Amino acid sequence: MDLSYSDEEKAFREEVRAFLDEKLPKEMAETIRKGEELGKEGQERWHAILNAQGWLAPNWPKQFGGAEWNAVQRHIFEEEAAAHYAPRTVPFGLSMLAPVLQKFGSKSQQDYWLPRILSGEDWWCQGYSEPGAGSDLASLKTMAVREGDHYIVNGQKTWTTLGQHANMIFCLVRTDKDVKQQEGISFLLIDMDTPGIEVRPIVLLDGGAEVNEVWFTDVKVPVENLVGEENKGWTYAKYLLTHERTNIAGVGFSRAGLTAVKRIARAEMSGGRPLIENPHFAARVAKAEIDLMAMSTTNLRIISKAAAGAAPGVESSMIKVKGTIIRQEINDLARRAAGVYAMPFASEAVEGSNEALPDPHSAGPVAAQYFNNRKLSIFGGSNEIQRGIIAKVTMGGGK
Amino acid sequence: MNFDLTEERQMLQDSLRRFLRDKYDTATRNKILESDSGLSTEIWQGLAELGVIGALFTEDQGGFGGAGFDLTTVFEELGRAGVVEPFLDTAVLAGGLIADLGTEAQQAHVEEIIAGTLQMAFAHGEPTSRYDLNRVQTSAKADGDNIVLNGRKAVVVNAEAADMLVVSARESGDAGDAEGISLFLVPADAKGLTIQGYALLAGGRAAEVTLDDVSILASARLGAAGKAASAIEARVAIANVALCAETLGAMETATALTKEYLMTRKQFGRPIGTFQALAHRMSDLLIELEQARSAVINAAGHLEGDDRQRDLHVAAAKNLLGRAGRMVAEDAIQMHGGIAMTQEYELAHIAKRIVMADHRFGDTDHHLERFIALSAA
Repeated sequence: MDLSYSDEEKAFREEVRAFLDEKLPKEMAETIRKGEELGKEGQERWHAILNAQGWLAPNWPKQFGGAEWNAVQRHIFEEEAAAHYAPRTVPFGLSMLAPVLQKFGSKSQQDYWLPRILSGEDWWCQGYSEPGAGSDLASLKTMAVREGDHYIVNGQKTWTTLGQHANMIFCLVRTDKDVKQQEGISFLLIDMDTPGIEVRPIVLLDGGAEVNEVWFTDVKVPVENLVGEENKGWTYAKYLLTHERTNIAGVGFSRAGLTAVKRIARAEMSGGRPLIENPHFAARVAKAEIDLMAMSTTNLRIISKAAAGAAPGVESSMIKVKGTIIRQEINDLARRAAGVYAMPFASEAVEGSNEALPDPHSAGPVAAQYFNNRKLSIFGGSNEIQRGIIAKVTMGGGK
Repeated sequence: MNFDLTEERQMLQDSLRRFLRDKYDTATRNKILESDSGLSTEIWQGLAELGVIGALFTEDQGGFGGAGFDLTTVFEELGRAGVVEPFLDTAVLAGGLIADLGTEAQQAHVEEIIAGTLQMAFAHGEPTSRYDLNRVQTSAKADGDNIVLNGRKAVVVNAEAADMLVVSARESGDAGDAEGISLFLVPADAKGLTIQGYALLAGGRAAEVTLDDVSILASARLGAAGKAASAIEARVAIANVALCAETLGAMETATALTKEYLMTRKQFGRPIGTFQALAHRMSDLLIELEQARSAVINAAGHLEGDDRQRDLHVAAAKNLLGRAGRMVAEDAIQMHGGIAMTQEYELAHIAKRIVMADHRFGDTDHHLERFIALSAA
């Protein structure tokens, strides 16, 4: 048992810090620190900066242009990035589609699509959920019918994050409805400019519209955009969920969030003293911090195992549940800390809404973030689904 | 013991519920939320004619109610329908303070408030006061027959729409002292008064109010000089009961929507409410809802009693509603999934109302500390 990082890992951390100190634009970090939206151009700029360093795709093998970091290196990068208020990368192409293409895609699909993800030519979004297929994703109904050298796609996807920026969407579609649900699903790549596609924004409770409905009406998709084999799409989607979950615990976000809570609570006065000195509030912060310290080590234990080559099992469900509970608790502390100044409407998702914020402690849009981050325990397999997996694997014999 | 509403209150509840069911749906409210004023004068007038404001004042004050259970009957319905119009600010807080302290001439404003023709705001909290009612640093200095006000008031709800503001200011003593705080009636167009408005996350609008040498006649003072602290405390206790009743109403809607959704939404071939994990969670919410209802009854029933009993039960209610409310709001969203986070769906606004009520007049922790202090006394 040794809790310290190796010399190589420490040196790597220094390298990451030096890079972030030098290359992360100050105004970009400030935008993230204030909890504001970076926007499409800002995201693309950050991707280009990382790409120039060769660090845009930390999880990709070198042969595809990735950094091929191990799990510990990725963890170190994520920690430092969160501490420096670096933006997150957009995961849809980089860490959701790419691993599927690398494992199941054809050579020509890999050669064509992967470089375009790195260069930023394509912005991908994900077409999984449907109005009737949320937690029960395998019940999806969007149909793709083969006609000659095309598929004709009809149906509706929903909760498509940043679909408004995307020029490409990877979709799970039904190609056979006469077999067991999971066995009639295929994985298709669809150009968003194809006639018959309509993107409708969904306004969320924080006023933003980061998610969309995507409607497909007789959309023609060339058969070469099928990934892997027809009707094997569920296997590919599951591969993604079990093997490529990076940063699922959100430790870096939680740490940055706790720092922000303490900053607000030092500035906010309560009974003539800084709120941070209030025993009830301090106790709440301490409990969250204690939980985070333990969860961070659970996360590292899983990461070390993964770095040694073991496939993460039920543990990834465990840290998804605990990680999101802790992040949401920290969001709750931030809104509590801000007191009456949590009330004004400000949102990371609504441009300009923060400028009007009168808050003297620059707490930022803490209440909007609290509400927006209710999504953490809903998306990517809700916490109820994760608990079901844990129960099934540990008590139900597992599959 | 009798926990039934009186016939009059039952009639008020029925007519209010009917009116709001017919006129205040999600789409209507979303339009109001997007409007510049953040409130509907049509709804305001309609509710005033229905007697909603009159029910908040005693017969002596020109109303026909004014007791704790009148207040909770009205605000439970307003909360149930997610009404964003500022009845709490115009009527309960500012109007109530005028009714409590005003001279006969000042009382005339209460009549206009009951008629629905006057909008008011209570400008009391300051940027560093958080939930401490006595931490008033805005100054009031005599200048001949006039009083000159200087200072800044934080997150003053309804300040932009208000024709008049009830402003607290210190005539003597230090920030934190109860002694020395006075209240003044300040017209919204007073020279030196700046109102910087913004929308609120849970609906309605508020403003930062700056008083820069605002000069008013000494006759604009409400009540005795430097003696307003206990009146403010009593009014805020009443406002907190209203806020708790409003939150209770919102919790009723949140649980009703969730129950309905669990019974109709199907995944894995069956209604999701048949999954035990969700069924038990729903049961817990219904248990908390009844706890909240009883806490509101306790607080409303002690509003007219002695001050310590009043404050103890109000602190208990605000603490319990803060805890139970958070649980109901969060679990209602969680059990719905993504749909609950869309602005089109009623629960999104209702959940915001429940949680953000914790940010007015003392949050869960503030009232826990108050309860501890009052129980020890």
